Amino acid sequence: MGRLSDLFNRKQRNVLNVYCTAGFPDLGSTIPVMQAIQESGADIIELGMPYSDPLADGPVIQASSSVALQNGMTLEVLFDQLRVMRANIHVPVILMGYMNPVMQFGFERFCRKASEVGVDGVILPDLPEFEFENEYGPIIKKHGLDAIFLVTPETSEDRVRKLDALSSGFLYAVSSSSITGSDKNMDEVGSYLKRLHGYGLKNPILVGFGIRDKTTFDQACTNAHGAIIGTAFIQAISGPANDLSAIPAFIKNIIGT
Amino acid sequence: MINTYQHPDERGYYGVFGGAFIPEMLHRNVEELQERYLQIMGEASFQKELQELLSDYVGRPTPLYLAVRLSRKYGTNIYLKREDLCHTGAHKINNTIGQILLAERLGKKRIIAETGAGQHGVATATVCALKGVECVVFMGEKDIQRQAPNVARMKMLGAKVVPATSGSKTLKDATNEAIRDWINHPGDTHYIIGSVVGPHPYPDMVARFQSVISAEIRKQLKEKTGSELPTHVLACVGGGSNAAGAFFHFLDEPTVEIIAIEAAGHGVDSGMSAATTQLGLPGILHGSKSLLMQTPDGQVVEPHSISAGLDYPGIGPMHAHLYASGRGTFLSATDEEALDAAFELARLEGIIPALETAHALAILKKRKFKEQDRLVFSLSGRGDKDMSTYMTAGAERMDKNDHHSY
Repeated sequence: MGRLSDLFNRKQRNVLNVYCTAGFPDLGSTIPVMQAIQESGADIIELGMPYSDPLADGPVIQASSSVALQNGMTLEVLFDQLRVMRANIHVPVILMGYMNPVMQFGFERFCRKASEVGVDGVILPDLPEFEFENEYGPIIKKHGLDAIFLVTPETSEDRVRKLDALSSGFLYAVSSSSITGSDKNMDEVGSYLKRLHGYGLKNPILVGFGIRDKTTFDQACTNAHGAIIGTAFIQAISGPANDLSAIPAFIKNIIGT
Repeated sequence: MINTYQHPDERGYYGVFGGAFIPEMLHRNVEELQERYLQIMGEASFQKELQELLSDYVGRPTPLYLAVRLSRKYGTNIYLKREDLCHTGAHKINNTIGQILLAERLGKKRIIAETGAGQHGVATATVCALKGVECVVFMGEKDIQRQAPNVARMKMLGAKVVPATSGSKTLKDATNEAIRDWINHPGDTHYIIGSVVGPHPYPDMVARFQSVISAEIRKQLKEKTGSELPTHVLACVGGGSNAAGAFFHFLDEPTVEIIAIEAAGHGVDSGMSAATTQLGLPGILHGSKSLLMQTPDGQVVEPHSISAGLDYPGIGPMHAHLYASGRGTFLSATDEEALDAAFELARLEGIIPALETAHALAILKKRKFKEQDRLVFSLSGRGDKDMSTYMTAGAERMDKNDHHSY
């Protein structure tokens, strides 16, 4: 299939996915931030579509979404910005966001546009699997996009297997039952990830929530294919000057190059 | 399945509205409720304790009162279901009593809730004190400033009041914060939602706990008039819990007209309104698909109403279905019309209603009813909490001490 499977065929360890909010810190930051993430050595870019009421996110990501909305970010603007994305961005790009703005945009239209501009997959955390199977999943697949589901330490084995079967690209393992930007006990996370690994799932596993630096990234990667950094990255580019020059040092420090 | 407006299907859908649009982090908590709420509510020991508390603690049944002077003025028969006489001053406690008993049986040690004006927060803090359970109430930072007396009540009852500082710092943000807290405390915490909103099974569960309102109306109306059925049942709708309770046992009675009154704020088209069915589009907020006030880009719009309890950008999925199917009539009343109606009830009947309730009563000036009609209004709450608004926004009316101009 696409860029995500190519990536995981090539690289099974220490895959770094960096989350950034579209239109943050400035409306025009989307592409420059993505480019800086790619050039600093990250493997995947998860692009957050800002929403007024992001239930699964903590205060840092919500604040970045509020700024992006004030900056004038909308899905229309975003797809316009992403039209030229593939001229320079070669890593897999995933759109992450909540159902309501996507529904208003038109679900099929959203998938078509995403596919047209070269997006590889979507994470829609408040789309339940029943509605996915019966209504939305076939539309996502029809446009060649990967759909990535979340699992948590509370998710039963049967359900993990089901969500793995519905997912493609990778499976998003939330490190503990919490919102983004919380501190985690990485030992507990380790045994949970070992359990997931033992299931022999079809998808690679990326760990998210609570990964903030080289130490937590390395810990997460001992029992998974890689990890996702969001809150800590948003904090790193939230300086008063909206200065994107912090990006290379932040990412290189994590991957140790 | 029998066609009914009372309950959703097994996935929580009323028509196309409802469901459980929640992140995976909430799945286990919500699934546990979905699997167990009907079984627990059906247990004889649960029903026994619930009925005893509703009677001895809440003060049920609440009276059904024929408002004589109001009826005479409008040339029809107007009954008021006196939920304002419930302990804590509103219908909210019907639900919190039920949910605390449910939480106890689920083995939960900690209760969280959201609140706008503070009525649901007070009702939750009350039942937590009654059961000796830890209670945390999330309340928008702006609402904490506007509703100081209710914040003090919650604290006196032993609850911790946590300001919601995200987004618009009002009810929808308090709800977001409560949901986030639930995500962070998956094992020991039960979330007592205050209205018929949220992911399945909340809309159905809250509607069932509130349905005691219409069960009593049927019985009381039969005693008073010989017929169980009114011609019209009327209630204000924010999220819609008092309306769900007042409508519930009449929803499948086609001769009874169901009338819901939303808050028009400064006027439906003023840009300062909370009339969700008039202004909303299908959307997803707080875990269910319903009608939602939002921008063309799908961002949730901050509503406006003089009444904090109606100041919500969504509406319960049951009501969205009543609206879309045409079973319910949806009308609205402005801030000013509600103030007029509140003073009218005070001067004609000696009852100071909550501002929310006053929106429902305002409809008497806007729609003509027949002499033989029997209207039942849900008098959802008393107006003590609104005295500062009545004194400021209603200052001119205050100074006209005259029973006869009404």
